[in-house]
Formats: sequence, structure tokens, C-alpha cells
Amino acid sequence: MAKIKGAVVIDQERCKGCEVCVVTCPPQTLALAADVNSKGYHFSYAANPETCIGCSNCAVVCPDGVITVYKVKIG
Amino acid sequence: MEKELRLMKGNEAIAEAAIRAGADGYFGYPITPQSEILEYLMEANPQTTTGMVVLQAESEVAAINMVYGGAACGKKVMTSSSSPGISLKQEGITYIAGAELPCLIVNVVRGGPGLGTIQPAQSDYFQATKGGGHGDYHLLVLAPSSVQEMADFVELGFDLAFKYRNPVMILSDGAIGQMMEKVWLKPQKKRSEEILPWATTGKPASRPRNIITSLDLDPERQEKFNFKLIAKYREMEENEVRFEEFMTDDAEYIFVAYGTSARLCQKALQLARAEGIKAGLLRPITLFPYPKKRLNELADRVKGMLAVEMSAGQMVEDVMLSVNGKTRVSHYGRMGGMIPTPDEVLENMKSFIKG
Amino acid sequence: MAEITFNDIIKPENLTYKKSKLMTDNVMHYCPGCGHGTAHQVLAEVLEEENLQERTVGITPVGCSVLMYNYIDVDFQEAAHGRAPALATAVKRLMPDKFVFTYQGDGDLAAIGTAETIHTCNRGENILILFINNGIYGMTGGQMAPTTLEGMKSSTSPYGRDISMMGSPIKMADIVAMLPGTCYVTRQSVNTAGGVRKLKKAIKKAVQYQNEKRGTCFIEVVSNCPSGWKMTPVESNKWMEENMFLFYPLGDIKVPAEK
Repeated sequence: MAKIKGAVVIDQERCKGCEVCVVTCPPQTLALAADVNSKGYHFSYAANPETCIGCSNCAVVCPDGVITVYKVKIG
Repeated sequence: MEKELRLMKGNEAIAEAAIRAGADGYFGYPITPQSEILEYLMEANPQTTTGMVVLQAESEVAAINMVYGGAACGKKVMTSSSSPGISLKQEGITYIAGAELPCLIVNVVRGGPGLGTIQPAQSDYFQATKGGGHGDYHLLVLAPSSVQEMADFVELGFDLAFKYRNPVMILSDGAIGQMMEKVWLKPQKKRSEEILPWATTGKPASRPRNIITSLDLDPERQEKFNFKLIAKYREMEENEVRFEEFMTDDAEYIFVAYGTSARLCQKALQLARAEGIKAGLLRPITLFPYPKKRLNELADRVKGMLAVEMSAGQMVEDVMLSVNGKTRVSHYGRMGGMIPTPDEVLENMKSFIKG
Repeated sequence: MAEITFNDIIKPENLTYKKSKLMTDNVMHYCPGCGHGTAHQVLAEVLEEENLQERTVGITPVGCSVLMYNYIDVDFQEAAHGRAPALATAVKRLMPDKFVFTYQGDGDLAAIGTAETIHTCNRGENILILFINNGIYGMTGGQMAPTTLEGMKSSTSPYGRDISMMGSPIKMADIVAMLPGTCYVTRQSVNTAGGVRKLKKAIKKAVQYQNEKRGTCFIEVVSNCPSGWKMTPVESNKWMEENMFLFYPLGDIKVPAEK
């Protein structure tokens, strides 16, 4: 059966750590980092990258447009 | 339309001249004594001939902001009103000045303050020439004294507005707006199709986006912009001062008056000369920039200047600043819609001469 | 089959979502989690997808989104507070082929600019009014807005909005829907991916209706103000769903007949 695998690229310097992407992500791929960027924000990152399905929900709701999404069909 | 001689009210002349000058848009709101401008344009319906847009707005505030939007597209747009309405427009006018946009604003002045009267007055001089709204800015102000000048100053006003990217005001009054005189109308000019490089007309690939704004949150840049505006106003003072003189060559006493008052003073001048008084008249045509230099020169050789205005004494302050103490300056005025008679003006000149 | 790696996926041919090319590189000044940024991006996406850059003139308000012109790469005019619809009226009448929109907050559109809003809609100007309603004055520090909910606290209603003293929140979309000049009035949101996608469809419809000269399109976006509401972004979205959406229900209020 074909399976979809996704990946997100997050511009962590521009992320303001609002967490809206984290709660929107259906497979709970994303989380806020313990580290902060140069502005002091806990930026978003793919804590569980293998779970990403490339649905783009995170990128669509991101107020700052910092997320780029890719996906492939495999199998 | 060809060159044409017509008998018209001052207000009608403004409206017809706007169409013929190739104006792109007029946005107005009714108020006495200038409603004929909007009425005339609605009846002429230039949208079907030249394509000029004419719209009755929901308020003076909306009308001036329509002018702001149209001017930001690089279009030749105008509005008109009378004193209380011009007060409402001040917000829009300061934004237009701050965004460096060209437009034409006509004020057919009536007596104030407040709702005041619907009769002619010249009591909006300070508001017109010193800024009017908030912030450091000036309008270029033209003061017609005949129906012919009401018509002529429309095209001149647009030309100056675009030359300096600055709002221009025609400061008229209820007398000139309402009275009928013969007027030569210029032939119809075609509306411009030029797309100005700074105008917001949709961003092509060939240029960065155009932003029309009066906002700069950086105080250093804002001050730099203020200096730029000042330089522009100095340039106007250098190039655009307009005035007219009558019998000033040998004059010992000078009337200084604009608009309707200047016409009265012309008659008072004749009466004075008939009595052997060596009087003269200087009529400022631009109220900003003001003919300071010329008044200062005349101050070297006259014995006094009498400013005649239909106000409590506004332009007289500019006369005083111009002569800077070199000669005596006084003021005679009527208010509240009252128009002085030439005899009255002459009597006042006589008592001014006595001292 | 070998396990697929991250680098295998992030190739141009696999690109699924990227912010619109019409968004500039300027970092938006909005607070974390503010719906303005999301609304800007949806609008930019539509302008890009509909090839509208060359014929768009946008009018920005006074309020938090006053600096919107720094973020979307189209020609912009910055209006006085509440006057954007008046500017838009002139732009559209003088240049009927342009796509003209205003972007206004609740203070701008529903308080100081009420007359301009109502009369522009009533004349049926062929423009899009994008109305961001977050029930508060954000830019000036969280004062009560005309759309602030009953009982809601703000810096000028510190004990909560008291209807007997301060009047009721005003439903602008419902009001303008009653005017014959509006052709399309809808209320949307940007707090979920589904909401954003619906808003995008709504804006696309507004583009179509404007092209067809069918009258004023009015799209309200019920949004959040985490800073003004004194909540985290996630909390503010939840509060919005539980409170704002009850008073300002999402969905179409007026749709034109299909041609």
C-alpha cells in the first residue's frame, strides 16, 4: 500500500514560538524546542519527524510563514 | 469644446473649468454657498464625455479621502466645500500633504466660527495658509477675485499641485462663488493617460511596489522628511509668488487685500485718488507663498499699509511679518458675512492716515 | 527498500507548501500567534494564484495592520483611520480594471469608519473589504472595541463590557448584508487549517465577483489578539472558539445568485 511521508523545514530564526502549528499538527510531529532562537523564542521543530504526513496544516496556520512542507508517496 | 465666452456664477465656472482642464475626478458634499459646483458637475455628467468621475460622498470627510485615494493613483482629482466642511476635511488634507500628493481643494468661504452664517467671509485665512490640520505643512493657496480667476485657477491649481506634489487650495468666498460675470472658458483638454512613476496603479515587474503613506515611525527619518517639505515650501516662495499692484508707483499709503476685499479696495482706491490721497493697492494672488518680499520693498517708501479683510484680522499678521516694523500697519475688517462698502474702507484709510 | 531520508523528501519536486512569493522577506511586527499574519498570507496566496499583482491596489488601515504594506508585494495606500473604503471607492472608480481591497480592523471599520463602511457597501462599490475582528484595539494597547463581547475585559472596560453603559457589540457583517450594494458577505477564521482554506476560497470568490462587477464583497475574519486578551496564542484561539464564534458565527451571510 502506498504510504505518504512528509517533511517540514522550519525557519527557526523567524519562528515566534506561538505554538499554533504544534496544536494543529494531526500526527503530533511538532513541538517547541527547549532552546531559544536569537530573539528568545522557543522555536518550533519536528520532534517526531518520522510521523510527518506532509498535510501542510502547520504551514497554513503559521502566522509568520516560516514553515515549508514537502511530501512523497512511497511504496 | 472650443474656447467660449459665457455668463456664469463663480461656482459654475469652477465646475466647467474642471471638466475642461481634463480633471479625472471630483468628490463633493453639498454645503452652501458652493453646492452649485457639485450640482453643475452632476448635470454636465462628464463621465459620459471626458470620462471624469463625479461622486457625491456621504460626508466631507469621505470626499477628501476619496480625493486622497484618487490622488495616490496619480489622477487629477479635486473637492470643494465651504468653511465648516473644510474643517471636516482637515484630517484628509494633512494626510495628503504628508503623503506628498497633488490635488485641488476649493473653499468658498462663509462666516464662522461654528455653523456661522452662509454669507461671504475671509475668516479661513489662517486655516488655509498656516496648515489647517495637524503637523508642519502648507498648502499652496490661490485667491481669485473674479469669476474669470475662479475658472483660470482650476488648471493653474492642478499644474502647481503636480509640479510640487502638494495640495493646492483655491480660497474663494461666497461673494465670488455666487456672483455672475462673463468668463472665457478654455478649450477642452484631454484627460492625461500618463501613468506616473510614483502612483499606485498596480505593480508591474519593472518597478518595486509603490507605497503611498504619511507614516514613518522612525523619528530621524520623519525629521528628514519634514526638512524635505520645508525645502519644497521655500522653493514655492522662490518661484510661485503671485500678486497684482494698482497705483503703487507713487503711493504713500497702500491697501493690502485679496479676493472680494481687493475688488472693494480697487473702488476705494479710486475714491481716495479723487480726493487727492496717494493710495495704492497690493492684491496677493497667492496667499501661500505670500508676497513678503514685495511688501517689504514697498515698506521702504510708503507711510503705511492698511489690510482690508472680511475677518477679525488674519492676513494683517502676514503684512506685519513682511514689513517687519518698517512701516505702520493696521487692519480694517467686517465679519459674520458683512461686506464693507468702498466708502467705509476709504473712511478707515483716512483715519489710518491721521494716525 | 531502503529507508527514505529527510534529504530525499525535501526536494523541489516534492514541495507541497511554501509561503507565497508575494510575501516580502520583512519579518512581520505582529505578536506571536496573531491572526493578522495568517490573513496576510492567505490574501497574498490568492493574489499570486490569480495573477493579480500587476493590477492590485490595497488600502491599509490605522491599527495593528497599518504596516501591512511592508509585507505584501503589491501597490498600497495607507489611509487615515476608518477611511480606507473612501480611498478604495475613488481608486476603483478611477481605475475600474484594478483589483481593489481594503484591510481593516474592528476599531477602524466598525467605530471611526462606520459611515465610510456603510456607504461604500450601500453604493455597491466593486471592492473587497477584508475585516479583521478581534474584539479589541490592539495597536493602542488593548482598549474596548465596538466588537468587544459583553463582559469582556479590556483596558477601558476593566470590569468587563457593561452593555447598559457601553452598548452591545456590533455585528458589522450582518448590518452590511442588509444593504443591496453588497453581493457577498461571509464570516471566516484563520485559527485552523480548515478555516484558513475556507477563507482562501472566500477571497477567491470575492476576486471573481469583483471581476464580474457584482458589488461590494465583505469578508469578516474573526481573529484573536493574544496580547490584548492576555492569553497565550493557543489559549486565545480556544477562547475565541468558545466565545467569539458564539456571538459571531462563522459561515456565509449573503451569497449572490450563480450566473
